[in-house]
Amino acid sequence: MNPVVGLARRRGVGRTGRSQGVLWRAAKTSRGAFGLVLSGAIVVLAAVGPLVSPHSATAFVAQPFAHPDASNLLGGDILGRDVLSRVLNGGWVLLIMAFLATVVGVGVGAMAGIVAAYVRGVGDGAIMRTVDVILAFPQLVFALLLVSVVGAKLWLIVVAVGISHAPQVARVLRAAAMDVAERPFVKAMELNGVRARTIVWREMLPNLTTPVTVEFGLRLTYSIVVMAGLAFLGFGQAPPAPNWGYMISENRIGLVENPWAVVVPALLIALLTVGVNMFGDAVARVSMGAAGRKGELAVASTSIGAMEPPAFLSADGPHSLQPAARNDVPG
Amino acid sequence: MTAAGSAQLDGGFEVSRRGVGLAVRDLRVETTAGSAVVVDEIAFDVAPGEVFGLVGESGSGKTTIGLALLGHTRRGLRITGGEVLLNGRSVFAASPRELRSLRGSEIAYVPQDPASALHPLRRVRTQVSAGLRAHRSGSDVDSRVAEVLDEVGLPSDREMLRRLPHELSGGQQQRVALAMAFVCRPSVIVLDEPTTGLDVTIQRRVLETVRTLCSAYGVAAVYVSHDLAVIANLASSVAVLYAGRVVEYGPSKLVFSSPVHPYTRGLLESVPLADRRKTLHGIPGRVPRPGQRPRGCAFAPRCVARTESCLASPPASCQVGTRLVRCIHAEELLHQHSASHPGSATTTSTAGRADGSPGRGSLAAELAAPADPQEGPQAESASAPAPQDQPRLTIRRLTASYGEVQVLAEVDLSLARNESIAVVGESGAGKTTLAQCIVGLHTRWSGEIDLDGLALSKQATRRDRESLRKIQYIFQNPYLSLNPRKTILETITAPMQHFFSWSGAEALERAAEALRSVSLEPDNLYRYPDQLSGGERQRVAIARALAAQPTVLVCDEITSALDVSVQAAIVELLVRLRQEQQLSLVFITHNLALVRNVAEVCVVLSAGRIVEAGRVEDVLERPTDPYTAELVANIPSLFREGVGAR
Repeated sequence: MNPVVGLARRRGVGRTGRSQGVLWRAAKTSRGAFGLVLSGAIVVLAAVGPLVSPHSATAFVAQPFAHPDASNLLGGDILGRDVLSRVLNGGWVLLIMAFLATVVGVGVGAMAGIVAAYVRGVGDGAIMRTVDVILAFPQLVFALLLVSVVGAKLWLIVVAVGISHAPQVARVLRAAAMDVAERPFVKAMELNGVRARTIVWREMLPNLTTPVTVEFGLRLTYSIVVMAGLAFLGFGQAPPAPNWGYMISENRIGLVENPWAVVVPALLIALLTVGVNMFGDAVARVSMGAAGRKGELAVASTSIGAMEPPAFLSADGPHSLQPAARNDVPG
Repeated sequence: MTAAGSAQLDGGFEVSRRGVGLAVRDLRVETTAGSAVVVDEIAFDVAPGEVFGLVGESGSGKTTIGLALLGHTRRGLRITGGEVLLNGRSVFAASPRELRSLRGSEIAYVPQDPASALHPLRRVRTQVSAGLRAHRSGSDVDSRVAEVLDEVGLPSDREMLRRLPHELSGGQQQRVALAMAFVCRPSVIVLDEPTTGLDVTIQRRVLETVRTLCSAYGVAAVYVSHDLAVIANLASSVAVLYAGRVVEYGPSKLVFSSPVHPYTRGLLESVPLADRRKTLHGIPGRVPRPGQRPRGCAFAPRCVARTESCLASPPASCQVGTRLVRCIHAEELLHQHSASHPGSATTTSTAGRADGSPGRGSLAAELAAPADPQEGPQAESASAPAPQDQPRLTIRRLTASYGEVQVLAEVDLSLARNESIAVVGESGAGKTTLAQCIVGLHTRWSGEIDLDGLALSKQATRRDRESLRKIQYIFQNPYLSLNPRKTILETITAPMQHFFSWSGAEALERAAEALRSVSLEPDNLYRYPDQLSGGERQRVAIARALAAQPTVLVCDEITSALDVSVQAAIVELLVRLRQEQQLSLVFITHNLALVRNVAEVCVVLSAGRIVEAGRVEDVLERPTDPYTAELVANIPSLFREGVGAR
């Protein structure tokens, strides 16, 4: 066998000693580890919850707003259902929807931003002005508008929340991609007549994973809050399906009788956003440190700088629901 | 120090205790994390009025030493041993308060990049007087500022005093930085590569200023540089650094004319000379990083004179005549040296080499220089290219602009098969714009660029695949021109897949072949760019260009980001590849000394116009244009005043 072809078998050998991925390095910082453990625990709770819940989420097993006792550890809710069972069952749909909305938002936004940065000129103008128009709508209002016109379909909520993220993601990624688009290695491919699509996918995107990762974390935090907020307002799964957001809404009149029915779902949402945000923060910090290293692309700093418009410009309301989510990545 | 010679090397400590100037003893700097030794056993003396050269390649620790002389280290480093005596006073023993009063008044520092070292919002007067106000309260500030500006060769009128840094040229900025250092009349001054990034003409003038000031005011100067020619011209004694230790220390004339340490020899063989042609020899391998240095002699892995005993333990400095050499074979090497000079074996006189270049008769003649009427008729009379000898690349009346600013005017150029043209000029002359017009990165130009007789479009994206393939461009900075997220294999096979649809095993085999042709091992294929050194990255960039099987290679300052020993190896490689693959070369450089090694024809650009064009020997030895003449005269040479000519 050709010795060179034999080398292909040893693929990965040369990788030893190469710096680890930004996610792994973020997880090793105390901030990142704490965030990961916190959010991971809640994700596990939401995922495993339905399997271990003591009662059915919709069965009436107690008095309305019953105090906690041995059979209902967190007491009963407004209709006498077990709060613990509803908490255990009420997270996974919310989390999946938040995750999907983030995937949609970051995916669409990142592609729009990178393409705009690469094509420049008219294409850039068209994309970014569209972005500006969407940005003019407050985030929650935009979602509410779509949902109230079409109806509270789950897929529509996902798409609506996703689209409302896209403009901010597009702005950040455009700024980062502008820098990469001017790098000599991109020029080298252009000079060979390589197609624009190949350049964007193969040359630019791999060098933008860090800002995309940081954006994903940040947008995931917002998605969770927006999803919970929409559920609170009644736009989510139809009752009697359990949902952390809607639980806060329906049980708030019994806050004095059985506070757990409100406090537990609210606390879970808060801890989840704090955890996700801390991990995202750690990723941003690690990548900023990496940007100073020789040969690494300094895209992370660009993305931090362009992270968010000033508070008075960002009209997205749901932040007021969860002050913790507003814990922005320091620039 | 040259006069005192060895006596001072032995008893320098006592001399400096009694006298004035700078004495460094056993200086050691380590990293704070892990205690890796960065520099160690550094010892030298600088007498008042003397310029001492500290020379080394990147990673040798020269800036670390320069800063340590002021009792300072960069973040992450700390001084862990030794002594720096400033007029007999220990710098390291000084309290923070004393240190502050020493810095600026007794010992001053001139940083590398004045553009970033000057406060952008402070006027010249404020910048220069800052030191005076800190150390000499009550004295007449204005008169001293005016005086020091005179000394560094700047006008001291009101207009100059009121200027902001961005209103000054690069040379003027560096003079302001010099004035800031000299304003308190320090007895020691540390200059950290103050002329890097300046054009040769300005560099020469700044260096003359430094020399005059130091001898006139009895200042002991430590000049840190990677440029051997600058040090050879400026310094009376020199220390050559390698991996944080001084490998050779002695009078600079002696060190540069008859180096003993194999590293010094290697360095000198890497330096191109403007006044004669010589074969360049790079030093293979790379400088070990702190913490990864071998147990024995740090240079042993790259050394030609290595023996088993070199690897055993770090060699001590031994005295050879008036020098200290850190090599256990110093004595043998010295004798071997007197038998055959390493330089003379590879250095041939110009006269003997003029006909040796592979150029053909009509090369110079094919060039027309409209800016220089004397050159025109002569060129026309000789140019009668045979039909089959059609030039590969022809540029006619190329005029290019950035916005309103015209950067190239009426440039004509012709490049034959297997010919190499060097385009030289100072910064802002339009060299890079010319290269970018040829490859289609700069699109705002008029005129004609023909490849094999066919006109090229202005923009690369409008050109056909064949012409894109035939012209390949190599970028200046190998740290930026390779995609950090792609393996070397992916980088090299991309043009292969694109142009020839090779993939899989075939592409792999050809990529390995391409790596071998640039003298890299195929096991680098699965590495990422950040695992390679600068020289290795540039080899990969060359391999990527060659993967497209081009006929014309445009090299834009491809060695300016590299150390001199690496530069020599890259130039060697390029010369070999050119012969093997019949390439035509456009070699853009600001370094005139390199031109002889890569090209037969030299084109001198100034302010966007060709001021002189012709055979390299003619341009460098008998320049007709005054601009070229000045440029050539200002190239710092290792062997000025016939020091090395024996």
